[in-house]
Amino acid sequence: MNTFLNWLDNRTGIRATVHEALFERIPGGARWRYVWGSTLVFAFSVQVITGLFLWMAYSPSSLTAWESVYFITYDMQFGWLLRGLHHFMAQAMVVLLAIHLMQVIIDGAYKAPREVNFWLGLILMQIVLGLSLTGYLLPWDQKGFWATNVATKLMTLVPVVGTKLQRLVVGGPTYGHHTLTRFFAMHAGVLPGLLIAFLALHIAVFRRHGIKAADPLHKKDAMFWPDQVLKDAVACLGVLLVVLLLTIFVGAELGAPADPSQAYAAARPEWYFLFLFQFLKYFPGETEIWGALIIPGIMFGVLALMPFLAKWKLGHRFNIAYMVIVLCGIGYLTAQAWHEDNRGPKSADYHRAVADAQTRAERVRELIEYGEGISEKGGRALLRSDPKTAGPDLFKRNCAVCHSFDGHDGTGGPQEKATASDLGGFGSRDWLKGFVVEPGGPKYFGPTANGSFNGKPIADTFSNGAMARWAKEHAGKMSSEEIAAVVEFLLSQGDRTDLGPVDADLAAKGREVFELGSLDANAEGAESRACLQCHEMVIDGAPLGTQGLAPGPDLSRYGSEAWLRDFLLNPDAPHNYGDRNAMPSYKDRMTEAEFNILLKWLRRQWLEVKGKK
Amino acid sequence: MEHDKKPDSGPVQDFLNAEEPRRDFFTQAAAVVTGAALGVVPLFAGLAVFTDPLRKRERKSEGGADADGFLKVAPLDGLLKGGEPRRYEVIDDRTDAWNLFPREAVGAVYLVRPVDGLVKAFNVKCPHAGCSVDFKAENACFQCPCHDSSFKPNDGLIANPNSPSPRGLDELEVKEVDGMVWVKYQEFQPGTSHKVPEA
Ligand code: FES
Repeated sequence: MNTFLNWLDNRTGIRATVHEALFERIPGGARWRYVWGSTLVFAFSVQVITGLFLWMAYSPSSLTAWESVYFITYDMQFGWLLRGLHHFMAQAMVVLLAIHLMQVIIDGAYKAPREVNFWLGLILMQIVLGLSLTGYLLPWDQKGFWATNVATKLMTLVPVVGTKLQRLVVGGPTYGHHTLTRFFAMHAGVLPGLLIAFLALHIAVFRRHGIKAADPLHKKDAMFWPDQVLKDAVACLGVLLVVLLLTIFVGAELGAPADPSQAYAAARPEWYFLFLFQFLKYFPGETEIWGALIIPGIMFGVLALMPFLAKWKLGHRFNIAYMVIVLCGIGYLTAQAWHEDNRGPKSADYHRAVADAQTRAERVRELIEYGEGISEKGGRALLRSDPKTAGPDLFKRNCAVCHSFDGHDGTGGPQEKATASDLGGFGSRDWLKGFVVEPGGPKYFGPTANGSFNGKPIADTFSNGAMARWAKEHAGKMSSEEIAAVVEFLLSQGDRTDLGPVDADLAAKGREVFELGSLDANAEGAESRACLQCHEMVIDGAPLGTQGLAPGPDLSRYGSEAWLRDFLLNPDAPHNYGDRNAMPSYKDRMTEAEFNILLKWLRRQWLEVKGKK
Repeated sequence: MEHDKKPDSGPVQDFLNAEEPRRDFFTQAAAVVTGAALGVVPLFAGLAVFTDPLRKRERKSEGGADADGFLKVAPLDGLLKGGEPRRYEVIDDRTDAWNLFPREAVGAVYLVRPVDGLVKAFNVKCPHAGCSVDFKAENACFQCPCHDSSFKPNDGLIANPNSPSPRGLDELEVKEVDGMVWVKYQEFQPGTSHKVPEA
């Protein structure tokens, strides 16, 4: 062994190098307060290791970034651990950086002859912040996407070259593939490369001047190895432990896939940038550049000038006071941002947006795990084509001009001016029953009395129309069994999979009521009560009974997708409302895909996971 | 022991300690120039590609825009006269580097129909930093969820003077044809007091 080491040393000079690396004299002895630099190096090493392995599973493009991160997080064994370590160590790094900087300032370690090393440290800090900014986008989830969108928009404020700069960073006119490839190249290549180079310089210059002892007479001098190394290692262990606990008990979250058409109202930067985010609120109009660039730039400039300021008699005190004030400012702004989102008057909106984002994130996981997985169109397409997710908004935009949905506009927002029926629960037993019993009521045709169509008021065409008058005269005379039977019969036409099995016996009775008006052949006025008087109905290709005048809508396969499609596209057709129609056609109002989603949503045809927590 | 030797007595040190040979200016200059030339070629190739987004012309949309660049957005009868602003997606073909996504939402607008006159269209993007504004029926104004800018519903101008946004919502050109609202969808640079179209 020794022979080998001798040989190696002769060829490389390794003993001297190791000796130089480890046997650094520490005046005043090893101390806990010197550990921060080492913990930063440790944190960075963890990032390099976990980052390289993440790289092996990550694919930067707008159709695969989120998908590959999803795969890492939920499908690859220990993927959650790898991602969690990287995610939380990044945050730990920012905290450690702040502590390290504070300690350097308090101990005066920035003063001559260590100015250059102080500046190298500030450059390193910028690189670390750059890494965190670029890394935030890479999962390509809603949060990272929208927060980074705002951050890069701010780049356009840079005088003269701002817009060019922004376009270079984004890689084109809009966010997309090239934003990811660029951010990834920065995050995994350029910035870590710079960081390693500057870190090497930082450590080399540090060694040249030795440690700035806080108090050289504290204790007997000690050596870096093993005294300080042990303390450093224990501190690193502490950092690792915290990061592990966060990984296990909090976990790195992954939001819903980024979708440029789906605004995310709760876009916030990482918590350590929140103060800048909040700061912007205080700069109205064109003064924005002050809040975004100039003031932060000046504050950083003062930081960089600290070694010179220290030459002045009270300089060091000033520097410490400056640091404390800036920290308090940052703390205040962060608290303020948190307060406004969680306690302020608009916190309800924020929480709704967060909850909504949460729902989408959970839903996409359901769709992937219980549906057909991720197609080549990516995760975003899953949510876009999911009736449960996309339906409410389509309803709000296309139907809520007149209709309400359980009293709201489909998305839970207010709907006070409805002029048509409430479609919440459309086609269900309760909904049908209500319609049979009180078609002119507030849930059905009632509101049409306040509406107008093609510039003409609808007045009581429907609210006191044939159906409403029929109900007034007949509904009260029907037994509850007859009503339930008719409802079951209508329900049986709709191929609904979400309403439980059809009671075939009851439906058969309902058909009798539909055709004859009553289950009791001798009931008084039964034939004028029969639905068939006004509504045609074809079952299995054969029309029911003898067709009457049939002024009301054709109810063949009522409530099925085909019926609803026809009804929405041709409400004024003779077999629907005909001349009395007061509903605009849905032709050309939306794309075919959107229309299908709306049909499915109204009929609640979507993937539902049973028995989930 | 070998490693107890003075560090300045190794072969490398011997070489460095030896008297330096004379340096010829021209040799130095030639070395510098050659070295620079070696670096320039790969760097040029890289930067040329990197700056491509600054030069590339956008592909013309074929996703339903008419000759003047208007896109069909919504049926007119979906908007009540004097009613609240409604949000609509703007559908067009979208190019993302090497991919073409036919007929996708490329942005969104709010449409407001005054009691009389033409429909107005506002880009939903906040001119402050580009977040999407919401319409808040309770306060009868547009509200930005990011830094609290607020805008008036009828003309999009700034409602609360403390709003950080430097200008009102960006109004877009509109035309009404055959009962449909067409909008010339455009985005503008954030942070300026006047509208500068995004190139
Ligand atoms: S982005 Fe709207 S207020 Fe800042």
